[in-house]
Amino acid sequence: MSAESLPYIFLNAAIINNFVLALFLGICPVLGVSGRIGTAFPMGVATAFVMLISSVAAWLINEVLTAFDLEFLRLIAYIAVIASAVQLVEMSIKRFSPALYRALGIYLPLITSNCAILGVALFQTDYEYDLLQSLAYSLGAGAGFILAIVLMAGLREKVDLADVPSVARGAAMSLMLAGILSLAFMGFAGLGG
Amino acid sequence: MATKRDEQPITLDTFLSGIWRENPVFVMLLGMCPVLAVTNTVANALAMGLATTFVLLCSTALVSVLRRLIPKEVRIAAYIVIIATFVTVVDYLIQAISLEIYNALGAFIQLIVVNCMILGRAEAFASRNGVLRTVVNSLGMGAGFTLALLCLGSVRELLGAGTLLGVPVFGEGFEPWVVMLLPPGGFFVLGGWLLLFAWIKERRQAHAATQEVAADER
Repeated sequence: MSAESLPYIFLNAAIINNFVLALFLGICPVLGVSGRIGTAFPMGVATAFVMLISSVAAWLINEVLTAFDLEFLRLIAYIAVIASAVQLVEMSIKRFSPALYRALGIYLPLITSNCAILGVALFQTDYEYDLLQSLAYSLGAGAGFILAIVLMAGLREKVDLADVPSVARGAAMSLMLAGILSLAFMGFAGLGG
Repeated sequence: MATKRDEQPITLDTFLSGIWRENPVFVMLLGMCPVLAVTNTVANALAMGLATTFVLLCSTALVSVLRRLIPKEVRIAAYIVIIATFVTVVDYLIQAISLEIYNALGAFIQLIVVNCMILGRAEAFASRNGVLRTVVNSLGMGAGFTLALLCLGSVRELLGAGTLLGVPVFGEGFEPWVVMLLPPGGFFVLGGWLLLFAWIKERRQAHAATQEVAADER
């Protein structure tokens, strides 16, 4: 597979360079909301959805800004788009599932400051992807994010039942788990190369 | 500007709380992404820490100046635009100063925008305090953040490459632990530091508890 082909871009973003486990983007929600699979999965889907919207919007904005030589406004424009996309998702979740809305709590508006989303927008600009490639990239990044957050939640549900020394409870344990997961994902490094 | 009434005094604690008691990385677990991503060498960690401190300082100061003018409903959006402006400044600044560091940090400079620590300080501190107090607090927070980055960066560079700031430390026979430079190393080292701090805290509490018991018996 060539590095430009759509399946490779998808796999690359989802597994080889997983946003959470290899690029360290979007760590906060992964550590914060991954207590239970039941909340982790919807959070992942919401994030992936925002990623998709903002990726398409970021591509459009970049085309416009480049046409007018206004690249220095890129960052501010991207952030504004992401913030509005999050608002949209927040309103629809509140409307369709108030219970889920409460479970996600503060982490829902915080999707705005999820670096994975801005990361998708910035990286696709850096790599100079066209619209289809950007779509494949953001879908892959979203799938990778869901994968990582659900895997983390599954591990943490198991660890809750284990007898962990009291100093290691909480954040330190989650980080060690993430480290082990990340080690496992390093095995994909040669894939498709 | 600040009225006399809501102005609390600036104490040493305003500065120190960011370094130890409310350390953004080790205690509050904020702004983790850059902490893990760019700390594979001490030089990168230092550059990232200073860049973040600069953005934190400028944007919280501006938020504090404008805090009576920004309507409550759109404050988050306003804060983000302020932060994004200063990040753009830093982005071009680093590019001008050192292209090498700029390439090493890559997109993570622009990702300072979404560092939750900065938004958190703007919302929790700068929007309620005067300019001077905010500046002092932000300096402390920035120093704490930089210190945490250096803690991680030095361990990872020392074990992963056997060097410190590019200078070899262990001599010829040292076999570098390459995994420390790779992504899993970041998670493991930060987890290790958190374990260390949790252990110190627990020992202190146990110590205080035994002293209390001893005092009661007397």
